[in-house]
Amino acid sequence: MWYLCVFYHRLLDYRRPEVQSLAEIFGGPGAGDAVEWRMPENHHADSPFHLVRLPGDERLAAQIANRSLLVKGIYELWGQGTTYEELEKAIKEYPDERKLPYLTPESTFKIIVDSFGKVISFQEQNDIIKGLAYIPFEGRVDLKKPEHKFFVMETDDYGSQNGLPPVVQKTVFFGREVGAADRHLLPTYQLKSRKYIGPTAMDCEMAFLMANQGLARPGKLVYDPFVGTGSILVAAAHFGAMTMGADIDIRVVRDGRGPDCNIWSNFEQYKLPEPLCVLRADNNLPPWRTGLKEIFDAIICDPPYGVRAGGRKSGGRKLLKGIISPYTVPEEKRGTHIPSTAPYSLVECVHDLLHLAARMLVMGGRLVFFYPVVREDDFTDVAKFPEHPCFKLVASCEQILSLRYSRVLLTMVKIGPYTEEVEKMAEERHREFRENHQKWMEEGNLHSAVFSPAEQDGKPKFDKDSKPKYRGKYV
Amino acid sequence: MRLLTHNFLASNMKGVSTGYPLGLEVVKSTIKEVELNADFLRGILPKLDWRALAAATSAAGYPDLLPAEQPSEAEFFAEGAAEFEDSPIRRLHRALLEIHIDEGTLVCPESGRTFPIQKGVPNMILHEDEVRA
Repeated sequence: MWYLCVFYHRLLDYRRPEVQSLAEIFGGPGAGDAVEWRMPENHHADSPFHLVRLPGDERLAAQIANRSLLVKGIYELWGQGTTYEELEKAIKEYPDERKLPYLTPESTFKIIVDSFGKVISFQEQNDIIKGLAYIPFEGRVDLKKPEHKFFVMETDDYGSQNGLPPVVQKTVFFGREVGAADRHLLPTYQLKSRKYIGPTAMDCEMAFLMANQGLARPGKLVYDPFVGTGSILVAAAHFGAMTMGADIDIRVVRDGRGPDCNIWSNFEQYKLPEPLCVLRADNNLPPWRTGLKEIFDAIICDPPYGVRAGGRKSGGRKLLKGIISPYTVPEEKRGTHIPSTAPYSLVECVHDLLHLAARMLVMGGRLVFFYPVVREDDFTDVAKFPEHPCFKLVASCEQILSLRYSRVLLTMVKIGPYTEEVEKMAEERHREFRENHQKWMEEGNLHSAVFSPAEQDGKPKFDKDSKPKYRGKYV
Repeated sequence: MRLLTHNFLASNMKGVSTGYPLGLEVVKSTIKEVELNADFLRGILPKLDWRALAAATSAAGYPDLLPAEQPSEAEFFAEGAAEFEDSPIRRLHRALLEIHIDEGTLVCPESGRTFPIQKGVPNMILHEDEVRA
């Protein structure tokens, strides 16, 4: 059945993939791919109003909406029109057997007037509600806890001012709410009230979206190889998943800021089950026993890519280049010796991550991670993202961070088993990828896109108008 | 560190072939009860190295918790087994997920290299001269 799906006007790229991931969780394998989308007539793709067909009944729609962060509501659409006259005609034509069960005398209901890109005064709202008298409501009005909520939603044809996506034509929708997002999660989990955070802790809304992309749910095991203060695992644990994390920084994972302010206390704070394990390990040299594979249901992480925090791996810089031979640690110092680390380039880090995921994810498991993009390049080129023969890319969601760079949340599904041949192929592809990307990754383009001035010889390097402004502003 | 983690970890230093299973020396351990999830155990069971788990359980101070030979799947997942205090699945759950090693050491079986466990966190980082080239 087709529903009207209304989104919050934020994180535009993340909205449809989130719904599809949740369909996969509640509708079973393949349900995510079975979701179909349409735009209402004359609506821009960035409009908050989408039409969605879900592979299941109303319960599925409600489950998706209730767990979602970006779905404002999913509605059974009773009618739409460019004017209130057209809306009336449409609602009257909508079959009675779909309407009457929700209009019975013993039911309670409420009508809510909502709008996008405009303000409707209280008086106008009342007039709109009174204008719906042609719908045979027989139930009792209950503003606090109604059984049925009906929405009138209006947009105007204001062009593209306001920093909002262009809506070509005024549209009025009328629908019955089937489910709505619970954004109360966000004030509960916001970082400013969390005990232990670091400079790169993941914003809680994004962490929840990542956990949704990773299909985190009870009985599933989620791993974050760059766990830090655990901000991603907290979100996964909230959705009932078991969690495991590793980090190369011993101070973060072992000590935190004291006995009541560390990675464990973050889970305690929200009454969540603590991670199955937190260990200090190097993503470049993972300490898993030979032959161990297909353990994790999802790997969800924000790899260090050198903007806020640079990656590190074992072995000194000169040591890895072969200029010096390894420092031999004297016996008496082995217990307390702090090994030196070398910078860990993004390309290498992503390669190790894909390798780890290919081996350690179950079939159908998901790898969800952030990947930085310099927006001065042409962004539409998909080959820009790392690839692996075991994985299929199912979603890439851009979050614009500045005029010049953004990060993309990649969601990949493991579609092929991990074998030695596959690993050889992956090495090959990685080499090509590395050659293509060495330039902007390794030579500091990313860093300069973030930190150096945007102008060169008095001319901006980047055309400010090439992307819609509202994206930079609200996304 | 729970024994589930111990079952997965190996020493990956230079010159070591499998580095598994790691020896376990316990200074301090605790039991923290958590809810049993049969689906999770069912999924993880085929991935376990039973002998390493039984040895680690003994080393942690619970020599009678697990039998030396792995019970069959039917014994683990028999109807109502999860409610029965002393059932194989309860024992497995306790061994894997409820025993916490807070302070101790993991020992590489080949080289004797020790990896400290402090505040429940195993430190698997290698020194410069132990990293494979």
